[in-house]
Amino acid sequence: MIKEEKNTQTKSKDKKQTPIIEIKDLHKTFGKDNTILKGVNLTVNKGEDLVILGRSGSGKSVTIKCIVGLIEPDQGEISVFGENVLNLSKEELNKIRVKIGFLFQSGALYDSMSVRENLAFTLRAHRRDLNDEEVENEVADALESVGLADAIDKMPSELSGGMRKRIGLARTLILKPEIILYDEPTTGLDTITSKEISELILDIKHKQKTSSIIITHDMACAKMTADRIMVLKDGVIHAEGTYEELEKNEDEWVRSFFE
Amino acid sequence: MILSLKNTFEQIGNATVFAKRFFKEVFIPPYEVKEFLKQCYYIGYKSLPLVAITGFIMGLVLTLQSRPTLVKFGAESWLPGMVALSLIREIAPVITALICAGKISSGIGAELGSMKVTEQIDAMEVSAINPYNYLVVTRILACTLMVPILVFFADAIGIIGGYVGINIHGDVNFYRYLTQIIQSLEFLDVIPATIKTFFFGYFIGMIGCYKGFNASNGTESVGRAANSAVVTASLSIFIIDMVAVQITDLFF
Repeated sequence: MIKEEKNTQTKSKDKKQTPIIEIKDLHKTFGKDNTILKGVNLTVNKGEDLVILGRSGSGKSVTIKCIVGLIEPDQGEISVFGENVLNLSKEELNKIRVKIGFLFQSGALYDSMSVRENLAFTLRAHRRDLNDEEVENEVADALESVGLADAIDKMPSELSGGMRKRIGLARTLILKPEIILYDEPTTGLDTITSKEISELILDIKHKQKTSSIIITHDMACAKMTADRIMVLKDGVIHAEGTYEELEKNEDEWVRSFFE
Repeated sequence: MILSLKNTFEQIGNATVFAKRFFKEVFIPPYEVKEFLKQCYYIGYKSLPLVAITGFIMGLVLTLQSRPTLVKFGAESWLPGMVALSLIREIAPVITALICAGKISSGIGAELGSMKVTEQIDAMEVSAINPYNYLVVTRILACTLMVPILVFFADAIGIIGGYVGINIHGDVNFYRYLTQIIQSLEFLDVIPATIKTFFFGYFIGMIGCYKGFNASNGTESVGRAANSAVVTASLSIFIIDMVAVQITDLFF
């Protein structure tokens, strides 16, 4: 059912594609000679879920961290909502960041705060006009959307890995982002929880009309969520296509991801 | 050798930029009053028992150690004044600051270090929340204000410790003891000693935050950040004290 819906959306998108993220010739070297990115080029269209595959250490996370300004690239251009984020001031970059959600691999919940405070803290930082009741409602709605309304008073240490990621996602969603960057959303989770997270990603895309970049090694997640897949190898995009296209790719190395 | 020297200068340079940023960010809204008060509670109130015990022991031991020498010269009556002067001018500020370096600086270093390696600081950054403003400014400000208060508290408890010490060998009225202390003290004994405690507080907070904020990835670096924060903060306390004493000596 979801799959069919996804195909319909993909077809309709083919007619009108608006790039929302564009990366051109991105280079990044750590230290003196640890070159990770050697000219990455990619585009994410509005409403599209792009999955990036690649071996560990191939620069997938570095690429999405460059998009939100956590890592400064050595060379290249990153355009988000038509603005080159590398030329923006801190204030201008923050305005863009509010529209981009970032789900960290570990969830990155604030340890010293309860689930409620984790979400409310992020919301209050940007919506100082909201009163306590409105904040509480927004927090409850965000938790409801990830199916964890009951966890509102728990501390992060009381949550399982899957719950931490869901709460991390709820914290991201509370700012109603237009783009969500997922850094290995299903890593370290069991198959059932991984499937639930993948379904949640699809659900968010449909309900909130978000565009996403999903970094994953989980092919089941990639199959469920990807409108398009890019494979990163040796610091450049090595292959690109839909799941079905790449599954039958001539390159044995690319095919090995699908085995 | 040259590389290590280069790293040291690089560290000093980075720490200076980090420290300078505080004076700019402290005036920029949003003012995180709730977090600041929370830090004051942890840094100030939670350190009271430790500071009280050490303050009392400092006063007691100082009295007991000084008494035999003063008795030899028949100057036993100078004991309250001497103990109070030593405590207020030097011992209480330095010992309290060292205790704070061990408890607070390492705590801040470990807390921010673990936030850094678990990407919590990055999470703030990508949510367009200024982590320096929320985490660093509040902690440095709380340290700068709480350490002087803790030193005053240690002074008071130390004086009580001194009273107990004197009464082990004699019988001195508490009112008379306090009168002797007040008569021997001048404002110039208290003011320079108080001013330097603000510097102690600022550096304890700043070094803890700097070490934690710059912890590299990996859990090992959290321990290293905490350890390094204590060592650097303790060393800086002695350096500030030396400079403060020299300046006081020049002007007063």
